[in-house]
Amino acid sequence: MDFSDSPEEAAFRAKASDWLDANATRRDGSEKAQDHFMARDADEVARARDWQSRKADAGWAGLTWPRAFGGRDATPIEQVIWNQEEGRYAVPPNVFLIGIGLVGPTVMIHGTDDQKTTFLPRALTGEDIWCQLFSEPAAGSDLAGIRTRARREGDEWVISGQKVWTSGAHYSTHGILLARTDPQVPKHKGMTMFLVHMSDPAIETRPIRQISGSSSFNEVFIDDLRVPDSARLGGESEGWKVALTTLMNERFSISVGRASGGARAEELIDLATRVERNGRPAFEDGEVRARIADFIARQRGLEFTSYRVMTSLSRGDAPGEEGSIGKLLLGKLRQEMGAFGMELAGTAAGISAKSGDDVARWRNEYLTAPGNRIAGGSDEIQRTIIGERILGLPPEIRIDKDVAFSEL
Amino acid sequence: MNFGFSDEQDAIRDTLARMLSDHATLAVVHDCLETAEGFDSATWAALAGGGWLGLAIAEDYGGSAMGAVELAIVAEEIGRSLAAVPFAPVLGLATPAIQDLGTQSQKEKLLPGIAEGRLIVATALAEDGGSAPERVSAKVVQDRLSGRKSPVLFAADASFALVAALDEGGTVRLYLADLSDPSVSINPHDAIDRTRPAAEIVFHGAPVELLPGSDPAAIRTLLDGAAVLAAFEQIGLAERALSLTRDYACERQAFGRQIGSFQAVKHRLADMFAKIELARSNAFFGAWALASGDNRLAEAAAVARLSALDAVQFTTEESVQLHGGIGFTWAADPHLFLRRGWQLKAELGPADLWRERLLCDLANGPAAAN
Ligand SMILES: Cc1cc2nc3c(=O)[nH]c(=O)nc-3n(C[C@H](O)[C@H](O)[C@H](O)COP(=O)(O)OP(=O)(O)OC[C@H]3O[C@@H](n4cnc5c(N)ncnc54)[C@H](O)[C@@H]3O)c2cc1C
Repeated sequence: MDFSDSPEEAAFRAKASDWLDANATRRDGSEKAQDHFMARDADEVARARDWQSRKADAGWAGLTWPRAFGGRDATPIEQVIWNQEEGRYAVPPNVFLIGIGLVGPTVMIHGTDDQKTTFLPRALTGEDIWCQLFSEPAAGSDLAGIRTRARREGDEWVISGQKVWTSGAHYSTHGILLARTDPQVPKHKGMTMFLVHMSDPAIETRPIRQISGSSSFNEVFIDDLRVPDSARLGGESEGWKVALTTLMNERFSISVGRASGGARAEELIDLATRVERNGRPAFEDGEVRARIADFIARQRGLEFTSYRVMTSLSRGDAPGEEGSIGKLLLGKLRQEMGAFGMELAGTAAGISAKSGDDVARWRNEYLTAPGNRIAGGSDEIQRTIIGERILGLPPEIRIDKDVAFSEL
Repeated sequence: MNFGFSDEQDAIRDTLARMLSDHATLAVVHDCLETAEGFDSATWAALAGGGWLGLAIAEDYGGSAMGAVELAIVAEEIGRSLAAVPFAPVLGLATPAIQDLGTQSQKEKLLPGIAEGRLIVATALAEDGGSAPERVSAKVVQDRLSGRKSPVLFAADASFALVAALDEGGTVRLYLADLSDPSVSINPHDAIDRTRPAAEIVFHGAPVELLPGSDPAAIRTLLDGAAVLAAFEQIGLAERALSLTRDYACERQAFGRQIGSFQAVKHRLADMFAKIELARSNAFFGAWALASGDNRLAEAAAVARLSALDAVQFTTEESVQLHGGIGFTWAADPHLFLRRGWQLKAELGPADLWRERLLCDLANGPAAAN
């Protein structure tokens, strides 16, 4: 049990921070840590690309990728160290998370040599930006219910359907797309994965506005998109297996990246010393103190849980279901902290006087957090995963498992 | 960074767990609940025989001088077993107090006896049911102690007590009192968990010896360390309550299926698991801070305590619930966990106390490393 850096880790950290010092500017206290993965506008995308290509040139991109694919063969803990160090600098958002964290590892396992040499280097340098075309209007938690169809025509596939909630689709160059190729077999069996170009005119992307008011995800309409068979990733009808690789890596990326997501509970201390409650500084109020202390305890627990996950990954264990714990607890914590921050900062109605004030800040936290509870597997799905895969409880009753998709 | 146990540490856990499952079965705990005595002296003797009681005691005094992480493992297994033994007061508080803050002769007098299981040193810190040493009014004048301490666990089984009291200058210090002295009287309490018998001790001018190292900062550190170990004990307890309930959910049938296949039940069990694991993560940080003498010990102890309290209360209450009618009976196991959970909560003070410690620590910055 050792919480401090090993000598190798300390050396890695020093190297990382030397490079960052020479190539980026430190955030001053007023700027928020860059913990999001979405660009707000084209300018931010351009800056993100530029930053990524400089990282790639210096060997800091795709840290955990094998050297053979241009990575650094870094341990998950080194990835965390990098994230911590990079987090101290004013850098653009990491819009490459899906490409490097999800698509890259999937291509490494299921891709052809051609696909590897085409896509992997460009994902590293930031030339390509990827999105994940999995969810559909009728298939989210139950991802295997997708209806987007891919039909074979000679050497080509013709794909039609609709995807939804696709993060970053509006600025992505490529997408990893799950489609149904055989409706005559049970739902998990008749799917195939494809790698597609988002610039194809057969794909139309429309931003969706979220409850926070901003738009980071989209609906994506696909109308007779023609792709060569070489765009197929993995075997025909093996899409579910390929998707599971992507999803497993998504869990890994979430475990490494998310623990620090959102506001720090200590920020509530600062707020509570500046505002009043019942005619005296809020931080002198017993209930306020109790809530803040409990938030801090929960947030520390999440942080240390992610270190435990890292430790087991570094020992060579596969990204396990422990990732579900952090995933399950984070969103709710953020939501409660956001609500409490709003209450402290002003009226319970969350009325903000001017943009950037305390209410606006915590309201944004409050309106962003629900996404954490849904994206990447909802809270309810995480509980089922914990219950069945960790605790070994009997599985849900499934009525759709052995029936041909077309009969459902 | 390495946030897990080594193979040697896992082996220690396995050995102890086997020993405890031979001696301290839940049937024994049920028996202890029935008897006036409460204390499971057979398991205590077995722990001494296996060298477990001297784990953190220096070799010069008959121990094996292992570290805080090993002690945390023992705490967790004791918690899991629910053994009716004074682990927390003796190994969590009295032993480190004597070893780190006492004189050579105090160590020689008491530590070998603790390691051999001959001597129980109770801890009499609290006066008002909490354990904030700031609120002590017992007083020592010319090496004589007067005052009431309550609750004191295993007081009737103990030969000595570690007592928090004011010195003549009004500072809280720690003293050793011989409980066989005629100036000491012990009044048993009716505690929620009679397997950890509690009492009030009244000192009428009892002769005591000061632990010279026990300045307020040292007492604080002592309590922080005890809170970390207690968190492991709480986690062991909560995890056993979860596993008992999980097994029942797989076994019990209703509406033609196992109750564990209903989401309301499955998801509740998942919530128990998540709370326990969150508490474990904080406890790991605490164990590391304790073992390495890190200056974030106070913060680590507080967050470990807060999340352990939360995990225990939720898990033990829902364990009763998910057992249905049988869970509400005296003969079934879930209430053993519920009772012990409350007892562990009483011992080092409730959440409020630790919330304040956390906020004060964060406001003042970490104490200097010790
Ligand atoms: C911010 C954000 C970004 C996203 N980005 C992407 C992306 O880039 N690419 C992509 O493909 N998808 C993305 N998603 C989609 C996301 O994966 C789905 O929203 C999610 O899996 C839930 O699916 P759904 O929306 O269809 O809800 P549903 O599955 O319809 O769920 C509705 C409610 O029912 C509950 N529920 C469903 N099934 C069960 C069950 N078996 N037991 C108990 N409760 C159940 C759910 O927990 C939820 O509360 C994103 C979503 C969000 C919010």
